[in-house]
Parts: sequence; structure tokens; C-alpha cells
Amino acid sequence: MRDVAIIGAGETKYGEHWDKSLRDLAVEAGLKALEDAGIYAEDIQAIFGGNMSAGSFVGQDHVGALMADFAGLAETMIPAMRIESACASGAAALHAGYMAVASGLYDIVLVGGVEKMTDLPGDMVTDILAGAADREWEVFFGATFPALGAMMARRYMYEFGMTREQMALFPVIAHKHGALNPDAHFQREITVDTVLNSAMVADPLTIMNCSPVSDGAAAVVLAPAEIARKYTDSPIKISASTFANEYISLHSRESLVRSVSTIEAGKKAYKMAKKEPKDIDLVEIHDAFSIIAIIGLEDLGFAKKGEAHKLAEEGQLYYDGDLPYNPSGGLKAKGHPVGATGVGQVVEIVKQLRNEAGKRQVEDAKVGLAHNVGGTMTSSIIHILEVM
Amino acid sequence: MVVPRFWRERRHRYSLIGTRCPVCGTVYFPPRNVCPKCGRKSLGKMEEFQLSGKGKIYSYTIVHQNVLGYKYQKPYIMAIIETPEGPKITAQIVDIEPEEVHIGMPVRAVFRRITEDGKAGIIQYGYKFVPDWEELEK
Ligand SMILES: [Zn+2]
Repeated sequence: MRDVAIIGAGETKYGEHWDKSLRDLAVEAGLKALEDAGIYAEDIQAIFGGNMSAGSFVGQDHVGALMADFAGLAETMIPAMRIESACASGAAALHAGYMAVASGLYDIVLVGGVEKMTDLPGDMVTDILAGAADREWEVFFGATFPALGAMMARRYMYEFGMTREQMALFPVIAHKHGALNPDAHFQREITVDTVLNSAMVADPLTIMNCSPVSDGAAAVVLAPAEIARKYTDSPIKISASTFANEYISLHSRESLVRSVSTIEAGKKAYKMAKKEPKDIDLVEIHDAFSIIAIIGLEDLGFAKKGEAHKLAEEGQLYYDGDLPYNPSGGLKAKGHPVGATGVGQVVEIVKQLRNEAGKRQVEDAKVGLAHNVGGTMTSSIIHILEVM
Repeated sequence: MVVPRFWRERRHRYSLIGTRCPVCGTVYFPPRNVCPKCGRKSLGKMEEFQLSGKGKIYSYTIVHQNVLGYKYQKPYIMAIIETPEGPKITAQIVDIEPEEVHIGMPVRAVFRRITEDGKAGIIQYGYKFVPDWEELEK
């Protein structure tokens, strides 16, 4: 296995792109990443594209071939494939790209993630997203994806006594950071009252406890670490890329308040990168719902079980705090174009580690961790990145 | 959707029939062909097992934003129910006001209409849960 580095990164603004299609978004992010790496499309040897559900959102499958084609690569005939792992499709694509370069099969690989979600009405989007859960035994009976998140939150509040006010601090922090990110879907600060008084989606989750429906794409270019400096002065090493799964439905699990897949992927990632939680300078944690971020922070070793809200209360999670959390704005404020999200988290960490994050720059950032989950924390994928 | 998709699950959804692993004794619902604890040792040996339909609410939510086919039911109560046989089940709680639901509440399964596939499609049936008044009054 060879060490792998990121030599270029790029993404579109996240939001409602009425003027841009699936292919427009993917190509925009891909070309930005190539430009950043200082290479040409014909240098690419393979493409791995994260995408959850273009087949349902816009009726387009065969997304890998489409991306390669409209990036101008049809005549190079390189392999291009779509990788799917629900909301973790982006990180899954990066895991696949990492394996491809680490194994030695390819040298220069483009990893992308894209989702075009706003071409459909809201109830259809809700239905498609529910496909990340068990369609026959959860969704058939009326469970939406937020309903499943809400049942995790309710059980957590029952077991640990966390209040809705405490949970509301997480979207407040996300929006504070989103307001500093010109590419974020939402760039407006909110208060705890905004969260508590916004429309109820699935009790106790209001719409402000849930990430939005966004369009967007993100991409990175990978190369063997030993030749990364040929392309850039600031390559970022992928020190760990780990992936764990568990039961797809919540009802099959022993506990709703911990994620065994996050615990497993986290343990393996720390071991692979030879790091501990205290070595991490910033995190991008999956916050599709506030409760997922809370469980994620705990299960990755940043807080004791039942106490993640204390980090928020103590102000540690702001970009200038002790544990800079989702400086991009996270899924909540930066946005959640599901297939793009996992790659976008890594693009943010690359910007931070290169000291290019503008107003939300984390001081002295050397090591970052990205946590992307699929479904109700069914799949957990961790990437640890560091300056080299 | 065509009829077989719903027809093939009718016994499980109408009568709460799951499976039991004869090697370790664990009961599963929905049914599984392989026991996650015993793997290949359980292959071809999983037995049908009917749940009693009794249970307690493990967690719940009130759904205000529905998936397709549930528009006329909202707001509705979704819950995860723990059964005395072991498995937990995701289902709606009906015949009670949302404010009265709580974790630990005894409930029992009933046979109900779940949803329908548009105006012309088939009507789908299965289980929902109602408060178990006998247990509640004990
Ligand atoms: Zn068994």
C-alpha cells in the first residue's frame, strides 16, 4: 500500500441551483479540482463519483459515464463509476479512490460527489431520502428519515436528560459558521429560539434541527504521496480512510444512542493514522440531524456519552474554540447535497489545512477528521487528513 | 407497484410472523434467512416464529412531514416497539392522542390499512399498534 495525497480540491456553492443541472454541477466541481491541482482532464486515470439517487431525483443513472463524458473525457475512455452509500456516497467514493491509488493500480484519480435535489417537490424528496432506511420494514409503515432521527433523539433525551434547548445549540453553531462561508447554502445566523420555534418536522426535531435539501458538487484529485509535490506545494495526506457498517434499520440495533459503525470506523481510523482524538485540530461531523452530530462527537471520543452538548455550551465547538466543529457550516448550514457531502467535508478540511479558509480559518490546523454517515448512522466513513 | 411486492410479505405483515434461529434461540422480526450471530450454522435452519403482538414503546415521534402515501394521516405517531420475544418493530401508534404517548407505554398489535398506491392501486394492510388498556389498567 502506498500513501495517498490530495493534490487538488474544488466545489460548487451549495444551495438551490435552479440554473444548473446534475452534469453542470459535477463538471464545475471537477474542473475546479483539476485547476487547483494544475493538471488537465487527460491526466486523470479513473473517476469515482459519489451519488445517492440521481436515478430518482432526476431520472438519470449511469452517472459515472455521464460525468466523464461532460468533463470532456469520452475519448480518453477512462473508467468512471458511481459509488452509492446513501448520504455517505461521497466519502464512499473517496474510500474507493483511496484504495485505487494506494493499491498502485492508478496514479491520478478524480473523486467527485454530486446531488441535484431541487428538481422535485418536497414530499417526493422526503420519500427518496427515506430509501436510505429499510423501505419494507421502516418506511412502508410511515417512517420518514427525519422520523427515524427523531426517535434517536427522543431516546437519547430519555436516557441522558438532554433538553431541546441543549440540542438547539448545534444548529446555532452551524449557522454561525455558515455565515462565514460564502459557499454555504445558509449564511445567516440563528438563535436557540429560531430552532425551537421553527416548523416541527418529526417531534422533537424542528426543521432547524434538520439539514436542508441542497444541490451541489465537490471534487478532489488524488495522487501517490511520493509524487504529490510535483503537482502542488501543499499536498494533504490521507492518513486514514475507514468504513464500517451495521444493521440498516434502527429497530434491529441494541441501542439508539450510540453508533457502533462510527465507533468501529473511528477506532480503525485513529489506529491507521496513529492519532488520538486529542491530536485532531478540527472536525467535520455529519449533522444531517443535530442528534447524529451529538452521537458522532461522543462515539469518536470527543465527549463522554450523554455529554456532547456540554462542548456546545462551553463554546468549544466554534471555529476559534478548543474543538473547531464544522467550520464549513456543516450539513446544516453549508448544505447537504447528499452524494456530494462526504467529499465536500474533505474539501473544507483541505482548505483549512492549507490556511485558505478565509473568515472561518482555524488557527494552526494540521490534522482534520471528516465523519460522513449513510442512513441512520448505518454506514460510517472516517477520513483523517494532515499536512505533509 | 405490482401486487407481488406486497403479497409476498402478507404473512409477516398480517400475522407478525418472523423467524427464530434454532442454534442460538434468537428471534428476528422481520424474518431473516441467516442469523447474524450464527452465520452459516443457521443457514437453512431458520424457523418461523409468530410474535405475540404485545410490546412497549421504546421510542416514538410525531410525524408532521410525511413520505408519499401518508398525507391524509398526518400528523401521525411512529414508534419503535420492544416486544417480550426480543425483536423491536417500527410501526404507527393509533387510537390515542399524541400527547398521551410515552416511552414504556404498553401497546398491542392490530391489523389495519397502512396506505394505498394512489386511487387505482392496491390497498396495503399490515400492523399498527394501539394502547394495551388491559396492561395500562393493571
Ligand atoms: Zn443464531
